[in-house]
Amino acid sequence: MIQIQGDTISAIATAFGEAGIGIIRMSGKQAIDIADRIFKSVNGKKLTEVKDRSIILGRIMDSKGAVIDEVVVLIMRSPKSYTKEDIVEIQCHGGLMVTQKVLSRTLEEGARLAERGEFTKRAFLNGRLDLSQAQAVLDIIQAKTNEALKTAEDKLSGKMTGEIYKLKQQILKIIAHIEAIIDFPEDDIENLTLNEITNEVTTAIDEVNELLDFETKSKILTAGIEVAIIGKPNVGKSSLLNLLSKSEKAIVTDIPGTTRDVIEEYINIQGVPIKILDTAGIHKSTDKIEEIGIKKTKEKIMQANLVLALFDGSREFDNEDETIINLIKNHNVIVLLTKCDLPTKIDSNKIEIHFPTEKAISISVKTKDGVDILRQNITDKIKNMSGDLAFIRNARELEALRHVRKNLEEAKDTIALNIGVDFISIDLRSALQELNTLTGESVDEDIINEIFSKFCIGK
Amino acid sequence: MFTAGKYDVIVIGAGHAGIEAALASARIGCKTLMTTLSLENIAMMPCNPSIGGPAKGHLVREIDALGGQMGLTADKTCIQFRMLNTGKGAAVHALRAQADKKIYQAVMKEICENTDNLDIKQLLIEKIIVENKKIAAVITETGEIYQATTVILASGTYLKGRIIIGETIYDGGPNGQRAAINLSDSLKEIGIKFMRFKTGTPARVDGRTLDFSKMEIQKGDENIQNFSFMTDIPTKNKTFCYLTYTNNKTHEILKKNLHRAPMANGIIEGTGPRYCPSIESKIIMFPDKERHQLFLEPEGLNTQEYYVQGMSTSMPMDVQIEFLHTIPGLENAKIMRPGYAIEYDCIDPLQLKPTLEFKGIAGFFSAGQSNGTSGYEEAAAQGIIAGINAAMFVKGKEPLILKRSEGYIGVLIDDLITKGTQEPYRMMTSRAEYRLLLRQDNADLRLTPHGRSVGLVSNERWNRFQTKKAEIEIATSYLSNTILTPSKDINDKLISLNIGEIRNTMPLSELLRRPNVTYENLQTIFDIPQISTEAQFQVETNFYYEGYIKKQTELALKLEKLESKLIPQGIPYENILNLRSEAREKLAIIKPRSIGQASRISGVSPADISVLIVWIEQQKRLQSITQLKHHKI
Ligand SMILES: Nc1nc2c(ncn2[C@@H]2O[C@H](COP(=O)(O)OP(=O)(O)OP(=O)(O)O)[C@@H](O)[C@H]2O)c(=O)[nH]1
Ligand SMILES: [Mg+2]
Repeated sequence: MIQIQGDTISAIATAFGEAGIGIIRMSGKQAIDIADRIFKSVNGKKLTEVKDRSIILGRIMDSKGAVIDEVVVLIMRSPKSYTKEDIVEIQCHGGLMVTQKVLSRTLEEGARLAERGEFTKRAFLNGRLDLSQAQAVLDIIQAKTNEALKTAEDKLSGKMTGEIYKLKQQILKIIAHIEAIIDFPEDDIENLTLNEITNEVTTAIDEVNELLDFETKSKILTAGIEVAIIGKPNVGKSSLLNLLSKSEKAIVTDIPGTTRDVIEEYINIQGVPIKILDTAGIHKSTDKIEEIGIKKTKEKIMQANLVLALFDGSREFDNEDETIINLIKNHNVIVLLTKCDLPTKIDSNKIEIHFPTEKAISISVKTKDGVDILRQNITDKIKNMSGDLAFIRNARELEALRHVRKNLEEAKDTIALNIGVDFISIDLRSALQELNTLTGESVDEDIINEIFSKFCIGK
Repeated sequence: MFTAGKYDVIVIGAGHAGIEAALASARIGCKTLMTTLSLENIAMMPCNPSIGGPAKGHLVREIDALGGQMGLTADKTCIQFRMLNTGKGAAVHALRAQADKKIYQAVMKEICENTDNLDIKQLLIEKIIVENKKIAAVITETGEIYQATTVILASGTYLKGRIIIGETIYDGGPNGQRAAINLSDSLKEIGIKFMRFKTGTPARVDGRTLDFSKMEIQKGDENIQNFSFMTDIPTKNKTFCYLTYTNNKTHEILKKNLHRAPMANGIIEGTGPRYCPSIESKIIMFPDKERHQLFLEPEGLNTQEYYVQGMSTSMPMDVQIEFLHTIPGLENAKIMRPGYAIEYDCIDPLQLKPTLEFKGIAGFFSAGQSNGTSGYEEAAAQGIIAGINAAMFVKGKEPLILKRSEGYIGVLIDDLITKGTQEPYRMMTSRAEYRLLLRQDNADLRLTPHGRSVGLVSNERWNRFQTKKAEIEIATSYLSNTILTPSKDINDKLISLNIGEIRNTMPLSELLRRPNVTYENLQTIFDIPQISTEAQFQVETNFYYEGYIKKQTELALKLEKLESKLIPQGIPYENILNLRSEAREKLAIIKPRSIGQASRISGVSPADISVLIVWIEQQKRLQSITQLKHHKI
């Protein structure tokens, strides 16, 4: 559904992983109200009461009142803002996951996820930008168009996430049956009891819940691809993580076994959000704490979409390397020979023989040799893992799924009222409409096609 | 050449679209000519002998609310009435009636013949004359010229009509009529694009040879409701329909002969409708279905012909006879007319504006089955709009364009001109996103003011409408403003009516939100305004479904903003490079009137709409700058 202006839009204004802080920006009539509902200021003031251009410290809370992050909120009132509407900016500090959670909160409270270029479009339409900038606005929107086209093509070629398709079919099936009964009451169409409809709707809700259950079941839904870095102690895992994420989160020492727990960091490679896990080096240990770390590492390998297997190029191949190879044999792997700035001692054949499709890449954290090749390799691998990639849900999909769940719940309420099947169809149509915003298909056509393919109708 | 006459409006065709178009323009006061291949064909029903049903019944009510004829004539001449879907919400209640075909035709002919400003002539129009992108005249088969300010094409399935029965094919219109062969070529010459569609009809059998005792009888309703808001005298049911089923034997015969079906042997090229598959395609598409139902419907009171609804076919005669004889009650059935398929030219409706005028030819309108629709009601609905808009064109007044939120007619026309159609378009309630607002019971409240403003609604209808509206308003405000406080007295009364007591103070209207509470109920215990049954129904419905109605109204209002954002005409879409190429092409063909319409075009994405909005704003500012500069010089 397209809104020209006025409704409240929300989006993450900073690219993931590029800066320490993530900014969520909202623009529109309800922006300040929505922010106020999810925010508790340190000084107890309500956002609706603060002066224009104020900067307020406080916390963003989840729907149950638990703290998501400490944030700074900036209020710019209409018309003295970029879009000439009320604008709220929320600056978060807790990384990608938290930024996305805050965005989700604004959507839950009634904001709509902004289209690419929508802030700029509003600025232009509201007379904030001059004519010379109009072409730039068109270009930004078009960039979005091309991207959407690409995903649309992906979807046509069958890559549309299987579960969403399944969900859509489930909802479509119920609507088509109801609509066939309504539009062809004299035809021989089997009856559909309220109980049956309830069951079908419940099945659909379960499917949505499964998809939305990202916190417990698959963190990958919001976080994207998981990449685990593994290797024996001191091979250079933490150094690589720090380099890829440009942070100093992991402690680097020359003492083997420095990293004892799993460390996570988010990076962004060519637009794909990637979660990187630094792991405890794998070896036989007697240290209890280290042992737990190693156990966790093994779990992480099982869970990861991609494994970066590190072998120390400056040392001879040894038993510990052997153990690593056995652990990761059946995984999606990139083989790395580290510390290539030092004289090579390892015999890479001993490794490559176990990974016939992989060629080991020599890298050095010190000289940055091979790092670009590594990045490219990660992207290629991700593109090839279409099955796993199907798991990546972007914010738009999540938003749509939440609305679908709400509509389905409403359908259940309507069933309970027992006021006619055509009313149930209203709620179900809204759900279908939400899913179709993802695929760009027309609800009416979908329904009518389904009716005619499933029911024998006609004079 | 001989100029035989000069008219404001010439309507080609006197079917359901043609009649409504001609009556509308004549009643509005335009000098109108309606032409037909045969005067015997006026208002002919070549297919099923029934009017209405879900969405179609809604259309009839809307035509009536605008001041059209179909509902009135149906009430007068139909012989059995049933309200369908009464177990469902009020929005999908739908009236369906069995028509007496011959009487329906006779009454329609009589009404047309006695309408002021309307001439009726038996003519075959062969050529359309366009001058300077404006309609100028039509030329008949025999060479006379009729000049016209506007022309409405309502030629149904006659354009290059081709009849197919098994292996037999011949040129012809429906029901043994002539086809109009040359007119489509003339239209092609002036640049109009055509599609080829197909439809079919079942056999008619002799009632004397049917054994009704082996079938299920279908009676009409006891309490009959009418199509027209103006009909007061309750109509009487005069006949029955009968239900029976096919069986294994029927299916065997059809399967055995499938190679002889014109569909299978490639004789039929046109696209047939999915909602009206022939019995042979039903067997192919749903092989697991053990039986298919069929209704025997009388074609009228003074005939033995029965329409075999559900058995549309174009199989050869011997197969038709053989399979019919396997059906209980039809063992000895004699076929009076065979089923047949008809292929015909129809125009691609994407060439039309929402007024039903051709985009490139001023004053040339098109309505009905020749626009790619199916059904008498769909045709009539377009007819009345084309008639009104031709009249508005003649008078230089604003055209009538109904919104999707105002009526099924709005949905029908918007679908046709925005999405086009790949098969004969049939109206269905599921096509209407605001179904709850577009009830058959409130068609007058939605549309009669429109009919009045174009001059089609008589004083009588208008007064009746005003009275009903006032009653609804008085009752609504009374019920909302009268506050009930729980007391023994009141609760005793409520309990006596089985309504259940109240515990809190509430407006009287709250009671109508409870299931099974009617206005009439309340009238027995409260002193509430005396209003007509129709007004009572409106009040009940509005309160009972209030939450849902509000939701849909809000949605409609939200989208209305997009509808009222008009797109300037003559935009060079091919130059807007930021549009995706598919969107660019579609927009250039469809030339949407508003941003709302543009957003419904398949292949135009929300991002394309954004680009379009920004582009239009950009042009507007550029223009005002150039104007400013001009001013200074
Ligand atoms: N010369 C050179 N030294 C490196 C390189 N990468 C890492 N090192 C050094 O190797 C040592 C171990 O690095 P870490 O990154 O802590 O290794 P780790 O695999 O995380 O080790 P654990 O956490 O103990 O399992 C440090 O002294 C690093 O400075 C490299 O590319 N070249
Ligand atoms: Mg480490």
